[in-house]
Amino acid sequence: MDVFSSLMDGFATALTPMNFMYAVIGVILGTAVGVLPGLGPAMTVALLLPVTYALEPTSAFIMFAGIYYGGMYGGSTTSILLNTPGESSSVVTAIEGNKMAKAGRAAQALATAAIGSFVAGTIGTALLAVCAPIVVDFAVSLGAPSYFAIMVLALLAVTAVLGSSRLRGFASLGLGLAIGLVGLDVVTGQARLTFGVPLLADGLDIVVVAVAIFAVGEALWVAAHLRRNPLQVIPVGRPWMGKQDWKRSWKPWLRGTAYGFPFGALPAGGAEIPTFLSYVTEKRLSKHPEEFGKGAIEGVAGPEAANNAAAAGTLTPMLALGLPTNATAAVMLAAFTQYGIQPGPQLFESEGPLVWALIASLFIGNLLLLLINLPLAPMWAKLLQIPRPYLYAGILFFATLGAYSVNLQAFDLVLLLTLGALGFMMRRFGLPVLPLILGVILGPRIEKQLRQTLQLSAGDPAGLFSEPIAVVIYIIVGIILLWPLLFKLVRRNRPAAVVPGNGSVASVPREAGGSVSHGSHRADSPTEADGDGVDQEAAGTAIRDSVTHDKQNKETP
Amino acid sequence: MSSSPTLASRLKGRSELGVVLLLGAAGALVIADAARIVTPYSQSDPVGPKTLPFIVGGLLLVCAVFLAVNVLRGGQGEAEGGEDVDLTHPADWKTVLPLVGAFVANILLIDWAGWVISGTVLFWGSVWALGGRNYIRDGLISVALSLLTFYGFYLGLGINLPAGLLEGIL
Repeated sequence: MDVFSSLMDGFATALTPMNFMYAVIGVILGTAVGVLPGLGPAMTVALLLPVTYALEPTSAFIMFAGIYYGGMYGGSTTSILLNTPGESSSVVTAIEGNKMAKAGRAAQALATAAIGSFVAGTIGTALLAVCAPIVVDFAVSLGAPSYFAIMVLALLAVTAVLGSSRLRGFASLGLGLAIGLVGLDVVTGQARLTFGVPLLADGLDIVVVAVAIFAVGEALWVAAHLRRNPLQVIPVGRPWMGKQDWKRSWKPWLRGTAYGFPFGALPAGGAEIPTFLSYVTEKRLSKHPEEFGKGAIEGVAGPEAANNAAAAGTLTPMLALGLPTNATAAVMLAAFTQYGIQPGPQLFESEGPLVWALIASLFIGNLLLLLINLPLAPMWAKLLQIPRPYLYAGILFFATLGAYSVNLQAFDLVLLLTLGALGFMMRRFGLPVLPLILGVILGPRIEKQLRQTLQLSAGDPAGLFSEPIAVVIYIIVGIILLWPLLFKLVRRNRPAAVVPGNGSVASVPREAGGSVSHGSHRADSPTEADGDGVDQEAAGTAIRDSVTHDKQNKETP
Repeated sequence: MSSSPTLASRLKGRSELGVVLLLGAAGALVIADAARIVTPYSQSDPVGPKTLPFIVGGLLLVCAVFLAVNVLRGGQGEAEGGEDVDLTHPADWKTVLPLVGAFVANILLIDWAGWVISGTVLFWGSVWALGGRNYIRDGLISVALSLLTFYGFYLGLGINLPAGLLEGIL
């Protein structure tokens, strides 16, 4: 079946009155929860998981599509009106967005964010529909050795490239993998890390882990440092844009989309890098560079588009390979598993209608977001003023409810609190959360692939390199791991020289290092040495100046 | 005599060493747990259930060592910011501990007293811990939320939250 007719079938499924209603509910719930300060898209999805339990998978995933984009959009509203981004991908939006809002142009900032998100989300979803089957065609030819290599790459890339401290990233990854080990070994039935507690035999429920680390950890962390004088919320009317604003916005939207999608689709892409690149590009290309730092609309339009395109890009490896590359996708993967559905190349065959209905509802959700959120923006802005005791008590309340309703066991709540304390500690000491979550989810899958690989080769480690794709990926892994070292060597030999980009592969860690290093405390953080360096430095300073608290470690939607 | 003040001063403000301890303990635990597993070598599963735990445990131990070095040399993890986070004042345990208390109360109560009661305690206690002092309004909201979620889950999602003491009334 070709893409187009499958997609039309998907629309037919998604547009039945009941399913359409679920999409509307998803968009509204997602936005409402995403707007709330302190709630990022991953936490939004995790908290709303129980709501979908009673639904059949198709309806549930249609609702998820709405929640996903809704949560994303809600985050940008918060960062524009409050100047403290909820997640790292909104950091850049907050720079110009909040300046615009302060200058009385909140309506235009929200409008360009909403329309830009729509444009980028629609193009991104279209690219997803086109790319995913291609990736699937490619992926069915891969065997266990290649899968093992891809998963290793995803874990290492997320750990080593994102975040400000590699060491702390690996510590977090180790903890996640350890949590993933708990339970009976699937092959031999041996109990691992269960300490004789029968309730641990099935392993830790990923929903419980995600809710604990995201919601409970965050609530406890905020409680310990609750701002005594609440932030000023900028009042806003209905978003609109003048002719000039349109003229200045449409190109940044498209450029942002072009940055966002490929980065989102990469194993360690995330949304920070493309939003940052988009900001730098718009600043350089703008006819009004003097407005940057004072509220330039291009600086909102580009990064917001990049953010949403990256969100769509992320779904490509998630659906086609079963490989989540950010926290939100990880939680969605957990939801899939909850329904007994295994994302991966077989998914398009075994659950074709469901996947296409999901993709179709991403289009629908996007349009609904635009239609619902432009008129409702003033109401969302009011949500920002919810008294903080109610907000965080509510997060704990619903986190408890969500975790408890999975198995109806009080024991899960003990786990919730314990892991919540772990989440608190990680926030206190700057351990990034994302490697832990990915470790929990990918750990068991990696082990499965490793065992299959060595079973095929009868225990010979050479079996790991028996597929060409696997070998290529290990080379990439090597480059990522050795990058800081290589960079130092190159710099020592040729100070202030341009680093030769070894094709697209090597340029990924390079750009990553360049943009994430700002505000980092690592001594060896690489800094761009070519012409971009000036702009990136300037933008980096802008980030530090205008964003009260830089959140390097938080998850990427 | 001379070494103890330097040691004390070196440890001061290095609470991050607690993370080192946690990582080290976790690593040791994972390895010890894996070492106790006995499985015969099998042709169909040459990797066995012990390999990954050993790798993970090793990773944790290595991280613990590197982190210890990093921290003693003055490295510091960046505490995470956020919309409602003000890092200028130190951690406020007078808020966190009652909050944890409310959470624990809910765990102890939920199976015996039921969700409506334990949820009310949880929400009301959390609001109080976080500084809400409008007792009556907070109480009404707590009861309403618990009742709404109880019936919402029952009627809307088909999930029976425990009714506990109020069995028969609800």
